[in-house]
Amino acid sequence: MSWDNPQAFFAMGGYAIYVWGSYGLAAVCIALELWLLRRRRRTLLLAIGRTSGGGGPA
Amino acid sequence: MTSNLWKYAAPQAFYPLAGRLAPWFLALAVALAATGLYIGLFVAPTDFQQGDSYRIIFVHVPAAWMSMFMYVVMASWCAVGLILNTRLSFMMALALAPTGAMFTFIALWSGSLWGKPTWGAWWVWDARLTSELILLFLYIGFMALHAAIDDVRRADRAAALLALVGVVNVPIIYFSVKWWNTLHQGASVSLARAPSMAATMLVGMLIMSLAAWMYAIAASLYRVRSVILEREAHADWVRQLPEASA
Repeated sequence: MSWDNPQAFFAMGGYAIYVWGSYGLAAVCIALELWLLRRRRRTLLLAIGRTSGGGGPA
Repeated sequence: MTSNLWKYAAPQAFYPLAGRLAPWFLALAVALAATGLYIGLFVAPTDFQQGDSYRIIFVHVPAAWMSMFMYVVMASWCAVGLILNTRLSFMMALALAPTGAMFTFIALWSGSLWGKPTWGAWWVWDARLTSELILLFLYIGFMALHAAIDDVRRADRAAALLALVGVVNVPIIYFSVKWWNTLHQGASVSLARAPSMAATMLVGMLIMSLAAWMYAIAASLYRVRSVILEREAHADWVRQLPEASA
């Protein structure tokens, strides 16, 4: 373990904005992509369900 | 065996397969990322030259590798589509592009945040950075061109051609640090010699790269399912899907 305490971990030796800025953006991008993928699928399925005449074949 | 695999070239057969595989790749990505982050943030020591700013490497290098690798895979699917006229190949290319662009953006962003403390500049017009920026424009150009053409088959072929022409940029990115005198450092990891970094740093970086790879596969499989649904929306098999009859 390379940290004495949680503060040292979050401070990243004075490079906090650079390190956490990189990790944070990557996390936001991935979360956003997964959300967009989910939304795209749901919207599509709704549209297909609507045009296939309510209920559709089982 | 071969004929068995060919059957998955049909969107109708690939759709359920992709749906079964994607969660496994996503789970693998989560497990690898958890391991890689633990090694990168807790086990790997502080660098004696760069301090803790080097920890950006665990995001930057996997993203940069995936940005190039995914472009090659995307261009390969385009080539297969143009040669064999297989519809699913173009759909795969289309499914890869947004995730590839995302990794390119992450590589550029994290590179910028690494460049500031190490070089004193957010951005320099050096060969490595410029060619990676061109890669982002190639991904965006591919998606934009595809979206701009109404006829799907023509859009597939035009965008595929663009992707194939753009593939020359990938070796330029990769070898830029050798061919030109760049501010960006040379490769720390190469097949030709032992890596020039501490073992724990290297292991963390490789595990994070594997995580990025698995995530890319998962995201592309999820996206290709939507692409298939969009294109086959009027086919009977889509209308008979249990999830479509909501």
